[in-house]
Amino acid sequence: MDMQRRDVLKYSAIFGLMASAGLITPAQAQEWNKAAFEGKTLDDVFKVLGAGKPENSAAITMIAPDIAENGAVVPVGINTTLKAQQMAILVDKNPSALAAQFFIPAGTEPFVTTRIKMGQTSNVYALVKADNKWSVAVKEVKVTLGGCGG
Amino acid sequence: MSDPMRVRATESGGVVDVKILMKHDMETGQRKDASGKAIPAWFISTVTAKVGAKDVFVGEFGPAVSKDPFLNFKYKGAKGDKVTVTWVDNKGGKRTDEATVS
Repeated sequence: MDMQRRDVLKYSAIFGLMASAGLITPAQAQEWNKAAFEGKTLDDVFKVLGAGKPENSAAITMIAPDIAENGAVVPVGINTTLKAQQMAILVDKNPSALAAQFFIPAGTEPFVTTRIKMGQTSNVYALVKADNKWSVAVKEVKVTLGGCGG
Repeated sequence: MSDPMRVRATESGGVVDVKILMKHDMETGQRKDASGKAIPAWFISTVTAKVGAKDVFVGEFGPAVSKDPFLNFKYKGAKGDKVTVTWVDNKGGKRTDEATVS
């Protein structure tokens, strides 16, 4: 019994040391932003992210098709000339607006593409945080076959 | 056990282009099974790409990301870099794969 207790003490000490020594990195310790992903509307998500009312910016390109035949797989992306620290893809009419967000460390290009699901025709937003200021670009994607509810 | 992901990294002009294809159902939690019961959400929540100890890209996904998620990003790097990609899902599942930049 005593041995076990000692082991537990030993391991918790090791984990503590790992955390303080930076072996467990901030990215791993960083929590998935539950509140942001649970936000139903654009405004909910803007609020959680602290984006307020982002201004439209011509420096951001929302990469998305005009028409998506299959809403289950819509290729989307963000490209910008701004020095982005954080970027997010939002779909206005999805059950939860936020589809994905990305953190861009120094040395990484402010560019990302991925594939998302869309329930119906909707505006898709590329939200970019640069110099602690949020900006946005919008594009409407027409969906002929919805990707939610299957 | 989760299936391996495909990671491809190619360098051109000092910029490494990383393409990742993960294998995951990405269940939204919105769908119902044949008996009308909701299928619980099950999706990749965090993706981290590292070169050595440095994060080069961190993504957070919601259930609206497509099944078998695809991700493409670019960072300033060189041939021979080892890119390590790890995803974690909302049920605590985890998978790490590595690719060498060519």
